[in-house]
Amino acid sequence: MMRYLCLLVIALCLNACSSLEPWVKPYERAHLADPIMSFSPDPVSSAYTSHVYDAREGARGAGGESGGGCGCS
Amino acid sequence: MVPEVNLVVAVVVVKRTGYSLVGLLLCGVAQATVLPEERADVLYHSYQGGGVTIQGPSILVRKQSSANTSVVANYYVDMVTSASIDVVTTASKYEEQRKEKSLGIDYLHGKNKMSLSYKVSKENDYYARSANVDISQDMFGDLTTVTLGFSRGWDVVGKRNDSSFAKDTNRRNYRIGLSQIISKNTIMGASFETITDEGFLNNPYRTVRYVDTGVSRGYSYQPEVYPNTHTSNALSFRAKYYLPYRAALRAEVRFYQDDWGVVGQNLEIGYTHPLNDRWILDGHIRTYRQSKADFYSDLFPGQDAQNFLARDKELSTFSNLTLGFGVSYTLLQGGWHFIDRGSINLAYDLIQFDFQDFRDLRNGGTVGNEPLYHYNANVIQFFVSIWY
Repeated sequence: MMRYLCLLVIALCLNACSSLEPWVKPYERAHLADPIMSFSPDPVSSAYTSHVYDAREGARGAGGESGGGCGCS
Repeated sequence: MVPEVNLVVAVVVVKRTGYSLVGLLLCGVAQATVLPEERADVLYHSYQGGGVTIQGPSILVRKQSSANTSVVANYYVDMVTSASIDVVTTASKYEEQRKEKSLGIDYLHGKNKMSLSYKVSKENDYYARSANVDISQDMFGDLTTVTLGFSRGWDVVGKRNDSSFAKDTNRRNYRIGLSQIISKNTIMGASFETITDEGFLNNPYRTVRYVDTGVSRGYSYQPEVYPNTHTSNALSFRAKYYLPYRAALRAEVRFYQDDWGVVGQNLEIGYTHPLNDRWILDGHIRTYRQSKADFYSDLFPGQDAQNFLARDKELSTFSNLTLGFGVSYTLLQGGWHFIDRGSINLAYDLIQFDFQDFRDLRNGGTVGNEPLYHYNANVIQFFVSIWY
């Protein structure tokens, strides 16, 4: 599994070295730059919300926050 | 307020870290990108539900220390008063505080960004430290961002009124993320994270109950016993779409499974609607469900019924539903002294928990047929932010 993951990452990186024409030009990204389009517009709030769910649910990870334990559950 | 176009790359880069070490070595790209915004946030949080009240502040300050370095610090406090169902049925109400401090640095080199952070969390019976590193790279004309991350945690589990009790837990998080601009109005992200824990993973206070015909109530308690390893995998996808009249729709889904037998999914849909230059409204709905751990039972058939025993309701079969609402008001749009702008924000979430095999022992019923447990939680966040 890890081997395939590494190969995928390397392939992506090699691709990154070649010039690829972006299909959304920088001057076409005004809407994406609007703060309302941010996945985490307020990091202090996002971190707290993730903490609430982590402490009350069995699931964890892939939520955009870095690691760190606590005796919260 | 629609920001200038030249902010686009900044937001895309900041919000979706991306990178690969191999890419950095092979490519050595050197186009300018940006660091996270300089800002400070003071947040008050409150969680009330299931007999538990947790409240306190969180203060986050981020400052750029040079053209390519940004430093961030966070101070967070949980003030806990707990009379949860576990506590009232097997122990007594308690109060405690958890204080968490973290310090991080982001270093920018062309299209690559490295983030390092260190976090310490202290309670009277739990001490946790963790170190985190995330490396990201933008590619494909800045349409794609790849992130690799690793965290290492060292926890020490203690026990109130027993100073000799100290058990270690080691944690490792491995994560990879991908963010992709799909169109002028759509951005998507995917994230995969594996977490492995090793050591003492129990709650030292929690017990399981088992059938005991030798006592009048029909059951007794014994300490829970968990495996000393736990490995989980989570995969999430999220997307955001800009509507023609300046509003945003978002969706997020996550799939989870671990080697304790827990399988979970959550789905969230949200909508952000600016009323004008100052007011922004936000609403969202989130559902979550999970299956129980293999060694979970509300009532075991006898003492030491199996090698591992759990009656933690977070390991039971349950679901929850969140209805959330938020409002934000922008201040100081023209700036004031060193402040560029500010905002006042209020967010409220109602979370309804419904347990399918965790029973409420407070309200009678024959052994094993007590009513199922459910509760509502009210989560409030109030925070003030300034950008400078």
